[in-house]
Amino acid sequence: MPYDERLVAPMREEVRSMGVKELKTVPEVDQALGDSKGTTLVFVNSVCGCAAGNARPALRAALKHRTLPQVTVTVFAGQDTEATSRARQYFSEYQPSSPSFALLRDGEPVYMVHRHMIEGRSPQAVAADLVAAFDRFCGESVQAGTQP
Amino acid sequence: MSGHVFHPGHHELHGITVVLRTTDHQILVGRFDSVDAAGVRMLGVSSFNAERDGSPPEFLARTNKFGIRVDRPQATIDNALVASITPLSDEAGLR
Repeated sequence: MPYDERLVAPMREEVRSMGVKELKTVPEVDQALGDSKGTTLVFVNSVCGCAAGNARPALRAALKHRTLPQVTVTVFAGQDTEATSRARQYFSEYQPSSPSFALLRDGEPVYMVHRHMIEGRSPQAVAADLVAAFDRFCGESVQAGTQP
Repeated sequence: MSGHVFHPGHHELHGITVVLRTTDHQILVGRFDSVDAAGVRMLGVSSFNAERDGSPPEFLARTNKFGIRVDRPQATIDNALVASITPLSDEAGLR
């Protein structure tokens, strides 16, 4: 059951304030991720304080890096369930978790940060993982392959 | 709102993805929920199955990379059976 939207609104705004486009419907997800070229970071936002409280500041820190995905979008797990489910179909070989990050290149997932990779770690550590992925997959001379 | 925790008063591992090993050599991965006289309660649990998962290290490596393939929405493990509980992030060398 979704949380009261009044509780969630600040968490949405925190991410939107970073310049991240929020996707709340299936058509919005398909428009953003379908037939996508280049690099797209999908942040699966979450209410859970155990990890999401670190994930959002990590995203904010990572988005200050000079090399970035061409597009960054977000869906809200547990709140916008249909949009989140649709977004996960674009990286369906990975099991769902929230919060999480998926980095897509030309529509294919190349890097994933699961919830367990966020829990108990500092925002700086998670941001460092994201930045390393941005450098690897989003630069002008990107490397082939996916994360080990 | 960053850092806001919705679950005050819970066990320090509440909400953390853990690897639980039992004295009869089962391995379970899932979110730690609580512990009481009934045992350790986990949510979103994947259980190691040698036929499906290969070796325990392979199971944990695959789980770390691809996430938790949930077998059971929840499980309660008798306290007497619990041999160890470790955050998956520690097992994966993330911390």
